[in-house]
Amino acid sequence: MSEHSAGRVPDPFTPVGAPAGALGGSELAHESGLEVKARSQWAYARIRFFRHKLAVASLVILIVAALVAVFAEQVAPYGFDEFDFEHVVSPPTTEGWHLFGTDQLGRDYLSRVIFGLRTSLWVALLVATVATVIGTVVGAVAGYYGGVVDNLLMRLVDLILVVPFLVVLLVLSQYLGHGKPLRVGIIVALLIWVGLARIVRGTFLSLREKEFVEAAKAAGAGDTRIMFRHMLPSTVGPIVVTMTLLIATAILLEAALSFLGFGVQPPTPALGKLIGEGAGEGFSSWWLVTFPGIVIVMLALAVNFIGDGLRDALDPQQRTRA
Amino acid sequence: MPDPVLSIRELTVEFHTEDGIVHAVNDVNYDLFPGETLGIVGESGSGKSVSVMTMLGLIPQPPGKVVNGEAIYGDRDLLTLPKKDLREIRGGEIAMIFQDPMTSLNPVFTIGHQISEAIETHNPGIGDKKATARTIDLLELVGVPFAERRINQYPHEFSGGMRQRAMIAMSIANEPRILIADEPTTALDVTIQAQIVEVLRSAQKETDAATILITHDLGLIAELADRVVVMYAGRVVELAGVYEIFNHPRHPYTVGLMNSLARLDADLEWLDPIPGQPPSLISPPPGCAFHPRCLHSQGRAVCRSDVPALRPFGEGGNHLSACHFAEELAAQHVVGALVEEPT
Amino acid sequence: MLTYVIRRLFYSTIVLLAASVLVFWGMSFVTSPIGFLRMQPGFSEQTIQNITERKHLDDPIYVRYGYWVKDMVTNKFGTETVSDLPIWPDLQRAMGHTLQLIVAAELLAILLAVGIGVYSALRQYSAFDYAATTFSFVGLAMPVFWLALMLQILFVNIYLWFDVRIFYVASLNSVDPGTGIHFVLDRAQHLALPIIVLAVANIATYSRFMRAAMLEVVNSDYVRTARAKGLPERRVTMSHAFRNALIPLVTLVALNFGGLLSGAVITETVFALDGMGTFFITRLNAGDPYPVMAFLMVSAVFVIVFNLIADLAYGWLDPRVRLE
Repeated sequence: MSEHSAGRVPDPFTPVGAPAGALGGSELAHESGLEVKARSQWAYARIRFFRHKLAVASLVILIVAALVAVFAEQVAPYGFDEFDFEHVVSPPTTEGWHLFGTDQLGRDYLSRVIFGLRTSLWVALLVATVATVIGTVVGAVAGYYGGVVDNLLMRLVDLILVVPFLVVLLVLSQYLGHGKPLRVGIIVALLIWVGLARIVRGTFLSLREKEFVEAAKAAGAGDTRIMFRHMLPSTVGPIVVTMTLLIATAILLEAALSFLGFGVQPPTPALGKLIGEGAGEGFSSWWLVTFPGIVIVMLALAVNFIGDGLRDALDPQQRTRA
Repeated sequence: MPDPVLSIRELTVEFHTEDGIVHAVNDVNYDLFPGETLGIVGESGSGKSVSVMTMLGLIPQPPGKVVNGEAIYGDRDLLTLPKKDLREIRGGEIAMIFQDPMTSLNPVFTIGHQISEAIETHNPGIGDKKATARTIDLLELVGVPFAERRINQYPHEFSGGMRQRAMIAMSIANEPRILIADEPTTALDVTIQAQIVEVLRSAQKETDAATILITHDLGLIAELADRVVVMYAGRVVELAGVYEIFNHPRHPYTVGLMNSLARLDADLEWLDPIPGQPPSLISPPPGCAFHPRCLHSQGRAVCRSDVPALRPFGEGGNHLSACHFAEELAAQHVVGALVEEPT
Repeated sequence: MLTYVIRRLFYSTIVLLAASVLVFWGMSFVTSPIGFLRMQPGFSEQTIQNITERKHLDDPIYVRYGYWVKDMVTNKFGTETVSDLPIWPDLQRAMGHTLQLIVAAELLAILLAVGIGVYSALRQYSAFDYAATTFSFVGLAMPVFWLALMLQILFVNIYLWFDVRIFYVASLNSVDPGTGIHFVLDRAQHLALPIIVLAVANIATYSRFMRAAMLEVVNSDYVRTARAKGLPERRVTMSHAFRNALIPLVTLVALNFGGLLSGAVITETVFALDGMGTFFITRLNAGDPYPVMAFLMVSAVFVIVFNLIADLAYGWLDPRVRLE
C-alpha cells in the first residue's frame, strides 16, 4: 500500500486498529448525521413549487375556475340567454340569485360571465397549445442548426415584431374572419409563438455545445432524434414557464379583441364582449363593466402567479421574486 | 517581536439562509505583523475570504452576522467602527485585490477613471490633473505599457493579466498599510500568474505594506508567504512559518494537503488526495470538523466530541495547531513537502 | 462610435424596406381592393372599372407595389380608393395627438418605474417592495380597456356626486378650450386619464425589470470593488450600480414600443381621442386597404426609429458595444 510513497518517509497513516468505516464511510457519516436522502428532480421541483403560497392558492383558484367553466350549465343559476324584461339593467342583488345584476335584456349577468369565462379559458388553452407547438419546433430548429437557418428564422421573427402586435391581430381578424373562438384562437396563436421560439432557441443554442449532444451525435443519432429525445427534456422547464405566461397574454388579448369587436362575437359569450356591450350602457350601470373585468384580472393574476411559482420551482437560480 | 498591525480575535461569523445557519467563520485568531506576507490557505468554503471581508465591512449584515470577535487595527476595533470611519480606511489604509479582474472592474468606466476615483476618494481636493498623473505612474509601476493611452481604455480592452495589474495599481494607489489579495492569480492563465506574482512583489516593496494573501494555491504560498494560516471549516487549524508548514506540518489536514501535491522531484505513480468531502457548514460534524476525513484520528473518541483548541506546542511557541494529537505528529517526525529553506 | 451609428442606420433602412414589402404583400394576400370596391353598395360596373384603371388595381402585384411605394414617398401615401381624398392629412393630425399621448405616457412610466425599481431593490423585502410587486402583478393582469373604462366610470361618478371635474373622460379638448396656457391645461386634463392608463402596464413591467437588474448589479463583483475602494454608498449605488442596471432597461423600453402603440389603439377608442388608433379602427372597419397600409407603415417607421434611438442610447451607455 505504501509503494507509491517511495521517495518519502514511510506513510504513517496506515490505519491501525481503526474501525472499518474510519475513512469517512457510511457508519461514520451516519453517526455525524451527514446522511442525505436522494430525491428525484421533479420531486424537488414540486417541493419548491408548493413553498409558494400564492402560486398554490392561484392553482386552486384556477382549478375552481376550470371546473366552473366545464360545468357551466350546471353551475350558472340561469341560462346564458334567458331574457327577463321585468328586470332590465338592475344592479347586483341577492334576490333571485342575480349576484352580478342583469343586463340590457334582463339576462342574469352572473350566468353570462360564467359562460364568458368558459370561452376565455378555452381560447387561451387553444392558443397556448398551438403557439407552444409552433414556437418549440421553430425555436428548436433555429437553435439546433444555428448559422443560416437560425439567422433567417430570427430575421423573420424580427420582421413580424416590427408592426405592433395588436394591430396585426386586428388586421388579420378583419380579413381572415373572426367570431368563432376557434378562428380567434388560431389567429392569435399565429403571432404569439414568437416569444416562445426565442426562448427555446436560446436554450437549444447553449445546449448544442454540451457534451451529451456530441455523444449522441457520435453514437449516430439523427438530428430529429437528438433534438426531441435528448435536448427537449432539458428545455421543458423554460417552455412550461413561458407557456403559462403565454396563457395570461392570450386571455388579455382575446378580451381586447372581443371588446373591440374583432374577436369572439355573439351568440358565443365572451368576457371582452360583455364589457364592450356594458360600456355602451352608460356610466351608472357599473356592474356590467366591473364584474367581467374582475374575472379577467383574477384569471390573469392566477396564471401569472403560477408561472412565477413554476419558474422558481423549475429553475431556482433565476430568482427574481420578492 | 514588533506589535502586530492587525489582530483578529475570536472572530465568529454566521450567515442566516433559507437552509439554515451557515457557520462560516468560527473563533478565528491570527495576527498580521508589519512588512510580512501572511498566507491564508484553505479550500473553498473554509472561511478564508469571509473573515477578511467581514473585517472590512464588505459582508452584508443580513444575511451575515458577526456573532463575536474583534479586528484590532492600531487602537481601533474595525468591527465596531462607525461606517464612515471604516469607509475611510477601506481602499486607503487597507486595500483589497479581488480574484476575477474581468468581473471586478466596472465595464462602463475607463480604467483611468476607476483608478483615479480611488485616489480622489481618499485624497479629497487633489484635483483631476494630479490624480491622473498619479494613475499613470501607478500603471507604469505595475508594468502596463503605454499607460497614458491606456487610461482611456475600458476593461474589456485589457487582457486578463493587464486587468489584474490595473487592479493591483488601484489597490496600492493610496499607499496602504495592509494589502489583502484574495485569490489574485486564480482566474489567470498559468503563464500570466508568474508575472502577477512579480507585480505583487514589487507592489509590496513599493508600499512596504503588510500583505494578507488568500489562496488555495500552495505554490503561491511557497513563493510569497512568510507565515501561513491554514483554515478548515471556518476554523484556523494550523499557524506557522512557511517552511515549518511545508516541511513539518502538524495538523492532519495540512499533512494531507502537502501529501496531495503533485511533485516534479519525486517519482509518484498516484496522486494522493484527502479522502472524503468538505463538511457542511450548516451542520458540521461534532468535535473536530476534520475527523471524518482524518487518517490520524483512528476513530478516537476525543476527536469526535471535543473541538480542538488552537494551541502552541513544542519549543518556541511559534507553531500552533488545532489537533488533539499534534504532539504525536511531531513525535512521528511527519514530514510534508520538503521545501528547501534558503540559507 | 460613428461606424456604429452608420451601421445601425443602414440596417434600419433595410428593415424598413423589408417591412414595406411584408405589409404590402401581406395585405394583398388577405384582401383585395377590387373586392373591396365590389362590396360597396350602389357602385356600377363602370365606376368600378374607372377606379380600377385609375388606381392600377388590376396590375400585377409588384407593379402595384411600385405605385404604392411611389405614392408613399412622393405623394404622402396617396389617396383613398373610393373617395380619392388624400390619406395623409387625417393621418398626420392623428399622429400628432397620438405622439403627445405616447411620449407623455412613456416618460411617466420610465420615471416612476426607475424610481420604484431602484428603491425596491435597495430595500428588498421591505413593505414598499412587497407593495410595488403586488402593484406590478395586478397592473400586468388588468386589461387596458377595462382599466380605462373603470377610471371613466369613477371620474364620471365623481363629477355626478361632487360636481367637480378632475379629469375628463373623453375627447382631446373641450368645446372651447381657449388658447395658450388654457389650451394646454385643458388638453392635459383630457389626456391625464389616457396617459395614466397607458403608463400603468409599462410601469409594472419596467419596475420589475429595473428591480431585477438593480439587484443583479448590486451583487456584482465590480460593485464589491467599488465598496472595497471606500466609495460612499450613494456613489456606489448611483454611479456604479445604477448606470449598469440602466443598460438592459433601454433595450426593454425599445422592444416595448410596439406594445405602446397597441395600447394606444385601445385607449384612444375608449376615450374617444382623435389619434392614430381611432384612425386605424375606423379605416379598418371601412375596408379600404390603402389607409390601413399607410397606418401600418407609419407604425413600422415609429418602431424602427424608436429601436434605432434605443440602439444608439445602448451604444452610448455600454462601451463594450461601441467598439465592435
